[in-house]
Amino acid sequence: MSVIISYGAYVPLWRLSRDAMAAAWGRSSLGGERSIANNDEDTVTMAVEAVLDCLTGINRDSIDGVYFASTTSPFREKQCATLIAAAADLKSDILTADFSNSLRAGTTALRAALDAVSSGSAQNIIVTASDCRLAYPRSDYEQNFGDAAVALLISKNGKAIADVKASYSIANEMYDVWRLDKDIYVQSWEDRFIIEHGYLENTTKAITGLMKKQSLSTEAITKAVLYGPSLRAHQQLARQLGFDPKTQLQDLMAGNLGICGCAHALLMLVAALEEAKKGDRFILASYGDGSDAFLLDVADEPGKMKSVKRGVKGHLASKKLLPSYERYLSYRGILEPQPGEPYRLFPSASVSWRERNSSTRLHGSKCKNCGLVTYPIQRVCYQCQAKDNYDEVRLSDKKGKVYTFSLDNLAGRSDDPVIPQIVIESELEKTRIYCMMTDCEPREIKIGMPVEMTFRRIYEGVGMYNYFWKCRPVR
Amino acid sequence: MESIRDKVAIIGMGCTKFGERWDSGLEDLAIEAAYEAYEDAGITPKDIQACWFGTVTAPMIGIGATHAANPLKLRIPMTRVENWCATGHETLRNACFGIASGMYDIVLALGVEKLKDTGFPGLGTGRGMGPVLEARRTSPGTFSLIATRYFYTYGLSPEEGKAAIGKIAVKNHYNGSMSPKAHFRNKITLEQVLNAPIIAWPLGLFDCCGNSDGAAAAILVPAKQAKKFRADPVYIKGLGQSFDPLLPHTRPQFDWLTWDSLRNSSRQAYEQAGIKNPRDELDIAEVHDCFTITELIIYENFGFSAQGKAKEDIDAGFFELSGGLPVNTDGGLKCFGHPVAASGLRMTYEVYKQIQGKAQTPERQLKDVKLGLSHTFGGPPQVSAVAILGKDLG
Repeated sequence: MSVIISYGAYVPLWRLSRDAMAAAWGRSSLGGERSIANNDEDTVTMAVEAVLDCLTGINRDSIDGVYFASTTSPFREKQCATLIAAAADLKSDILTADFSNSLRAGTTALRAALDAVSSGSAQNIIVTASDCRLAYPRSDYEQNFGDAAVALLISKNGKAIADVKASYSIANEMYDVWRLDKDIYVQSWEDRFIIEHGYLENTTKAITGLMKKQSLSTEAITKAVLYGPSLRAHQQLARQLGFDPKTQLQDLMAGNLGICGCAHALLMLVAALEEAKKGDRFILASYGDGSDAFLLDVADEPGKMKSVKRGVKGHLASKKLLPSYERYLSYRGILEPQPGEPYRLFPSASVSWRERNSSTRLHGSKCKNCGLVTYPIQRVCYQCQAKDNYDEVRLSDKKGKVYTFSLDNLAGRSDDPVIPQIVIESELEKTRIYCMMTDCEPREIKIGMPVEMTFRRIYEGVGMYNYFWKCRPVR
Repeated sequence: MESIRDKVAIIGMGCTKFGERWDSGLEDLAIEAAYEAYEDAGITPKDIQACWFGTVTAPMIGIGATHAANPLKLRIPMTRVENWCATGHETLRNACFGIASGMYDIVLALGVEKLKDTGFPGLGTGRGMGPVLEARRTSPGTFSLIATRYFYTYGLSPEEGKAAIGKIAVKNHYNGSMSPKAHFRNKITLEQVLNAPIIAWPLGLFDCCGNSDGAAAAILVPAKQAKKFRADPVYIKGLGQSFDPLLPHTRPQFDWLTWDSLRNSSRQAYEQAGIKNPRDELDIAEVHDCFTITELIIYENFGFSAQGKAKEDIDAGFFELSGGLPVNTDGGLKCFGHPVAASGLRMTYEVYKQIQGKAQTPERQLKDVKLGLSHTFGGPPQVSAVAILGKDLG
């Protein structure tokens, strides 16, 4: 037996109006807006956000597995789950794995976690799915896609918010949407073919297979949480399966979020859980190279979790509009603006490794002799000079206030030139942290402004992506 | 602990024209400063027994004193010195110890910096402290943190705060307009300062010093022998230096107002020089105005102004040429730019010339200068160095 005991989600702050995207090319707009990862975000940093949202109120030492799913991992070789586990400050004796290459990777990771927990090989596995797919500029997909991440905590013993009663999977080999090893943009075959023989046929097979196995009728289902590549195909599937699109169909969030790759089905599940009542029965189905379907029973009032989590709803409500389509192109590296960042640091794998607890886990040191907390970790106490006599303390989950700041025009990218340099006074013993602020309007920064920490990709150098924490106005 | 007071004298100094010296490399600048100092001291290169050579940004791995030994053809003990923006003062301080110890009779302190060969206009960021923590830290970005907090602490609106420090820029540019060796020699108005483009809010273009090339040098001898070389040697009265541990950014409970390195270094120098009240006793001060806000906090940490009262003194013109304590009479870093290792010696050059009554242009020569201070402050910032010079022994 394995159950979902917590959820989390992350949607970047930035949205782009589809009308602006359409206007740039003189073409028609799909309407609404899509989420856009900031220039310091990737699927790892978004997954860290979703994991931290999911772990609010959970003892992190209880986690013994991290499964990461994405079709847009920043690494071809190097695990992301380990980086996510370190940034989330999890213990090191855990199971980690990356799931990739399919839009179904998110639900496949979910099923693997359910199986691992059911079998007793792990007690608590956090599953996170994150995607930031690139579509050809001007294409429908470019307007249609979104960037986001999601996390679910699967447990053997915890207090369930949903029981996963059954699952059923279909594997299907075809070229419908794909990227070769050298491709940047998603490729696809003719829409009519891939919707009919890919999406509709296989998702239907998985769901009807599951319902037949469980002897269920459509009336028994409170919400059908169905992935869809577009609003139209989504409606078509619901009708084909006999679900009432008005009452039984979970919103696709195509209009205000965009379709977020392998994270999307699970994002819809979190959105459904946010509104669910005890006793509700869900069908969850993904699509990609086949389909994974699940039957879930809502075990408790998951809505109670809403007060401590941002989830999907909270993140969707917290947004800012990106000023232009060109900015999006530049953030994703599609359009190359005038070079900025004239000052390059040259990172070192060995230095990063030595400083990992300060830099990746955002640990400070608390002197066992005089009690002073300092960031980053100091071997000799700043105050009493006691040597190697400290405990490490986590600062990433503490809020803080701006102690002083500057808005630096020298060190930024040319497409995002103002770097807010911030000295934070953490709520943990007023520890000072120095970092940049992101996802903000620089002109609104004030001394005393409440901030929270966010894990970001700082820059690329010597063939490495370098990650560190920034702060942002509390979302 | 003994005092350095009256043990060492400066008998000659040199200072290049500061600016965008496209025509000159590091070694050309070294020659220009050293040969002016030789001539001023009335010595030949063969008289030099040891040299302390400062440069900061030149080649990354291994430099030694090569860039001084090669152009100057010196075959003597030579030491390369680097200590952030205090490097120029550190060449002077260590050269003084070489004389005071009795080891040498004539030594050269030389600071040279070539910034304009890098292709970009700033000093760079996050210098070597780790791959991510300081990934986007710049000098203007750091010093503006001081201004933001100072304005907040004393209830100054950004407009009021910027006007207070802006007057420092106006003063220094006025002084610099009378300095032939300065990089910038334009007078500016407060309105220009306030309307200038922002470099790192709240600091604008005129709150920041320029990026320049330059070099300066000093010839030192034992104080007792100084009169053999010239009638008007200048004596070392005090030398102070102090570090602060940790970046100010992460220093626990730091108020961004009281800088231990500034206070310690000035106190050490005052004690050696016998100065009780620097505001009244000093006749001139050349302090580290890398940014206008830096000069303001130096007033308060050096005892020139009471804490929180610098604005009143600025408004009263206390630090202008005609004021109670003229500061940065040559135009300071604001007008000379900051070729890092040269600055401390360039400031000392101004104090030396003012004491001798030989300021390069008579318009900015102060009357009856007996005691002066020069100072640099650098790093993230973390280190401060002070030298006090006097006209007379005793």
